[in-house]
Amino acid sequence: MRKLLAALLLALAFQAQAREAVPAADDPVLEKRAMKLSSELRCLVCQNQSLAESHAGLALDLKEQVRSQIRAGRSDAEIRNYMVERYGDFVLYSPPWKSTTVLLWAGPFVLLAAGASILVAYVRRRRARVVDADLTDDQRSRARALLRAGGEGE
Amino acid sequence: MVRFLVPLGLFLVLAVFLAIGLYRDPREVPSPLIDQPAPAFSLPQLHESARVLAPADMKGKVWLFNVWASWCVACLDEHPVLVDLSRRNLVPIVGLNYKDGREDALKWLQKHGNPYTLSAQDAEGRVGIDYGVYGVPETYVIDKEGVIRFKRIGPVTPQVLESQILPLIRKLQG
Repeated sequence: MRKLLAALLLALAFQAQAREAVPAADDPVLEKRAMKLSSELRCLVCQNQSLAESHAGLALDLKEQVRSQIRAGRSDAEIRNYMVERYGDFVLYSPPWKSTTVLLWAGPFVLLAAGASILVAYVRRRRARVVDADLTDDQRSRARALLRAGGEGE
Repeated sequence: MVRFLVPLGLFLVLAVFLAIGLYRDPREVPSPLIDQPAPAFSLPQLHESARVLAPADMKGKVWLFNVWASWCVACLDEHPVLVDLSRRNLVPIVGLNYKDGREDALKWLQKHGNPYTLSAQDAEGRVGIDYGVYGVPETYVIDKEGVIRFKRIGPVTPQVLESQILPLIRKLQG
């Protein structure tokens, strides 16, 4: 009797698990598209994970949204737009180009350009300092003498 | 002299940016719904499932829309603030019971008090998605025309209520 009960409980537990797994679509093509799309969307609950990776309740709901909208024949752009309308550009791992994101996209290149121009200016100035060092004839002959003396010393 | 001032200046700029970053909450995502019409829905009321609740019912009133659930720990934190607000009769508070069981929700309200004029039941969380809910509790201020004017993610604290929500409500009530 007890064994039967245990088996029954076990079966129930598995059934509960099976129900959790149901949301994944049976159609592999659809599932692949849903996964690709949700890997480009950020999970709002655990912000460093994509919807595809996350198991948060909201992420599961949103993935199900993605699937049902694909089933309804909506395009990837329409589904992305659906998410942005509700959660903002933040939901996209690759945010669009617009006035508020210019710094985000252009910032690294601006910093690179600034760094490069500082480097160029610095190197030029240093080179100018070396080349333009004007020596008088007197200094030149002294330098020659010193160099000669150094050469003999060795 | 300049040789030292430039790196020092750069360091100070960086330090200021980092200091500002310390005091910002990365969980607070600016909602695209601000100044947009509140998404329409039609949901069963929590107390009387046979009756429906829709945002259109609140037209002409400034109202608070509070997303809550009996399983939500932070909701319990803000609950006394809402109960207190409801006693002051300043603004109707409409609840959205989010992904919750009806029995659990009713029991929770009985135990902790019910600040809501009405509560709608969003058992599957579909309406929550339309409102961009991702961290219960969330609270919206909706104006007389049904436009969302403010959103609070996380518990409403007495300070947020007094410094942000109530002044806005007074202004909107005109």
